[in-house]
Amino acid sequence: MPPKGWVEINDLYCKACETCIADCPQKVLALDMSRLSIKGYHPAYMAHPEKCIACGICATVCPDAAITVYRGTPPGFEEKGTE
Amino acid sequence: MTDTDVKVVYQRPIGLTDVTTHYCPGCTHGVAHRLIAEVLEEMGELRNTIGVAPVGCAVFAYNYFDFDFVEAAHGRAPAMATGIKRTLPDRLVFTYQGDGDLASMGMGETVAAAARGEQITIFFINNTNYGMTGGQMAPTTLPGQKTSSSPLGRDVETQGYPIRTAEMLATLDGASYVVRRSLHDARSIRNAKRAIRTAFEIQKAGLGFSMVEFLSICPTNWGLNAPKSREWLKDHMLPYYPVGDFKVSEEAERVMKEVR
Repeated sequence: MPPKGWVEINDLYCKACETCIADCPQKVLALDMSRLSIKGYHPAYMAHPEKCIACGICATVCPDAAITVYRGTPPGFEEKGTE
Repeated sequence: MTDTDVKVVYQRPIGLTDVTTHYCPGCTHGVAHRLIAEVLEEMGELRNTIGVAPVGCAVFAYNYFDFDFVEAAHGRAPAMATGIKRTLPDRLVFTYQGDGDLASMGMGETVAAAARGEQITIFFINNTNYGMTGGQMAPTTLPGQKTSSSPLGRDVETQGYPIRTAEMLATLDGASYVVRRSLHDARSIRNAKRAIRTAFEIQKAGLGFSMVEFLSICPTNWGLNAPKSREWLKDHMLPYYPVGDFKVSEEAERVMKEVR
């Protein structure tokens, strides 16, 4: 089954406070240790995009309004049918 | 599914400017800013609102909100908001203050504004210390809490007891809506947003003074990371500063029910 949605995290605003990571009920998010943002933080990213349910809790707790939440099939994700 | 089925569940409110805040990572000032911007956007009042910024961590709040803002002298935000509201009664006027600004330097102004029943809204961020100046003891510091000016913990014998601002203002007849909310998890944040909406609706209806106190975290000065700070808030602040509605006047109750 395709994921129910996805989130986009704006590197400009993300300060790697880990609030969204701690609160995500599906444990989708993690800090991207391979990247540095312009402010010098390792921004949060979707480590497990297949688990996202688009509940929006990450955006609700984000102190910097860095997260946009979309509901639907993520672009580039091919629907494989119900199997 | 096609692309037309994609729905934006949440995006950054237009009431915030496109700049990064100077707040520490995880600071709930950002959450409070975001909630105020969201509520004003939902009410369609972004162009009809004047905010008053305090002195403290939120001193640059006028850079982050995309609507009219003025900066008050330390603690004098309620007095300034009073003046603005009396000259421009059709605007929504709110102050955004921390515990150093509201409960210490500006306690006189705050109590007087509530006692006069001014038609303004106060948003009060309580993080139990003076964040901007390096985490000194504030009137809201908990008994035994270590801060940079009470390194052995607040000793109530010599340094007094914390002030429960919301409960205190609730005793005043001029106050119409005085509540406390927490910002430590998603559920509390949603409740906080409802309280902000109610406070603004009460002001819009001309029902008197409203204040929402937010329990906030201060990760840097508490010496904890953001998730641990939120745990600390839950374990230590919530027992001393219970979340609740301390004063809801009869007319305000009607407005509150409509918001739910």
